[in-house]
Amino acid sequence: MTAPVAHPLRVAHEADWQRLESILTIAERRGARRLSDDDLLALPILYRTALSALSVARETSLDAELIAYLEVLCARAYLFVYGVRSSPVKRIASFFRRDWPAAVRSLWRELLAATLFLLLGIAAGALLVMADSEWYAMLVPTEMSSGRDFSATPASLAETLDASGESEGLAVFSTFLFTHNSQMAITCFALGFAFGIPTLLLLVYNGSMLGAMAVLFASKGLGLQFMGWILIHGTTELLAIAVAGAAGLRIGLAVLFPGEQDRVTSVKAAGRTASRAMIGVVLMLFLAGLLEGVARQTIGHVGWRYGIGLGVLLLWTVYFGWAGREAEGREREGRDQHAR
Amino acid sequence: MRADAEAALQRDLVTPEGVALRLKLADGGSRVSAFVIDLLIMLGLLIALTLLVGMALLAVGSRDNVEFIAVVWLLGFFLLRNGYFILMELGPRGATFGKRIMGLRVCARGGERLTADAVIARNLIREIEVYLPLTFLLVQAGTDNVTGLLALLGLGWTVMLLAFPLLNRDRLRIGDLLAGTWVIAAPRRTLLEDLSRAHVATPPFTDRQLAIYGVFELQALERLLRAEDPDGLAVAAAAIRNKIGSYGRIPRENDRLFLDTYYTALRKRLEQDLLFGKRKADKHAVG
Repeated sequence: MTAPVAHPLRVAHEADWQRLESILTIAERRGARRLSDDDLLALPILYRTALSALSVARETSLDAELIAYLEVLCARAYLFVYGVRSSPVKRIASFFRRDWPAAVRSLWRELLAATLFLLLGIAAGALLVMADSEWYAMLVPTEMSSGRDFSATPASLAETLDASGESEGLAVFSTFLFTHNSQMAITCFALGFAFGIPTLLLLVYNGSMLGAMAVLFASKGLGLQFMGWILIHGTTELLAIAVAGAAGLRIGLAVLFPGEQDRVTSVKAAGRTASRAMIGVVLMLFLAGLLEGVARQTIGHVGWRYGIGLGVLLLWTVYFGWAGREAEGREREGRDQHAR
Repeated sequence: MRADAEAALQRDLVTPEGVALRLKLADGGSRVSAFVIDLLIMLGLLIALTLLVGMALLAVGSRDNVEFIAVVWLLGFFLLRNGYFILMELGPRGATFGKRIMGLRVCARGGERLTADAVIARNLIREIEVYLPLTFLLVQAGTDNVTGLLALLGLGWTVMLLAFPLLNRDRLRIGDLLAGTWVIAAPRRTLLEDLSRAHVATPPFTDRQLAIYGVFELQALERLLRAEDPDGLAVAAAAIRNKIGSYGRIPRENDRLFLDTYYTALRKRLEQDLLFGKRKADKHAVG
């Protein structure tokens, strides 16, 4: 059989395409770092060459094989050239310095609402149990209360608030608390999709549990101690849950009220901000787990507990309120100038 | 019908350079297969982690180490559950092992860069799509007090979320919808050789014989020639000979040579027309 006569486009560029293919194979398997400088510089040029070859081939060639090949090659190159860009260290630094606090800041309305619902839950739980202590058993599941109910004596209740002093099992305990709470927060966030209603319910429910327990301890004259017991880690944990709830709400609101954008675009933008805030939430819960599992079990003094809890809250407020504002402002200025 | 289904999954993605790339969305079957493979891999990793932790537990008896090992297991499980999909999809391939095996990958809808935020968002949502109903069903099965209504609600929730990708045009999970991503088929292919042959530089066919067919028939013939099925070739050769009238210079029994020659000549002719702005779509088209 005689030799094939290829399309002129193929004759001119096939070597380039093959080089692009081999560069992509290395890059996809081992990452862009493994490419030589020559390959790295050649990649965008080869990509554009292939792309223009595809345009030409569509108009001038009827070789279905050639077009299909270029189609696949260009898509592969496109997805790499415009793929996820992350120099890990830089990304992490900018996440803490700017992205995370900025994401939380931009959620401030939802955060306010989530906090409000949490407080509403606390108030509701407290009022219900004050009106009728039967409610306690309904609000606090038995495995959570573990003996802390109205039949307990003040002495035994006070004991549950003490620092146990033993260091045994603390790490396991705090790890368990962290993984459990994180999963809860992620669920809180993910449920936002259903118009945010399950998120709100979860917030109210969490609050009501807290309110019910507060009334129990207050009724035995242990209100002050209980507050210390909760505050030491609770400021971080509740804030984290509120942020997760806020992130969920943002998505729910984007579904309900897309504004001038179409619904899909609006949800997409909300999802981006919300998920950025969520990574931070997991880290906050890790910290809360440490505070709950270690600090609370070793520090028994009520004053210290208040001090740590409120101090940490102040730190969070300052961080979320002001971190990265300058960089944000600079960026906006730059954009404005660019627009002009 | 099959062609229709394929066309329904085709999407044009306009690159920043202004060229529309034709992408094919992943179909439901391969999405499910990829997910099952990933679940099995995660299960395997979890078993390996547990075995490792168990062996370490046997090797060292002291209490401090027991605690440490328990922490390792808890954190390992948490990272696996939340990190496996995210870390894999953040890589240059944009795909988990399951997706790689099925030849799929995640990319941003509408051609922008796939960001880490998007990957994280699409995977955290899996919590309500899979893990929550799964945990729910397991817990329900574990306790005896399954009320009919509650079980039905749980089942309804699960079915609704699982069927979601099949109910929209773009095969989006809720996570995809939220993150602005979709999953596409990302095949690899090598370039096969051109089917035009050198010995027919001057076509031995008349204009009338080449004016019968269009692009559709040409590319159908290309598929046939690449498939190299002798029966198919014989049928096609007979049909074409019949249509263009007798043609004697190529021996009748050599179907392959006849079809190669006709393909080369027809393609040359149709490609020349293309240069003059004429694209004859198929044999019914005028011109």
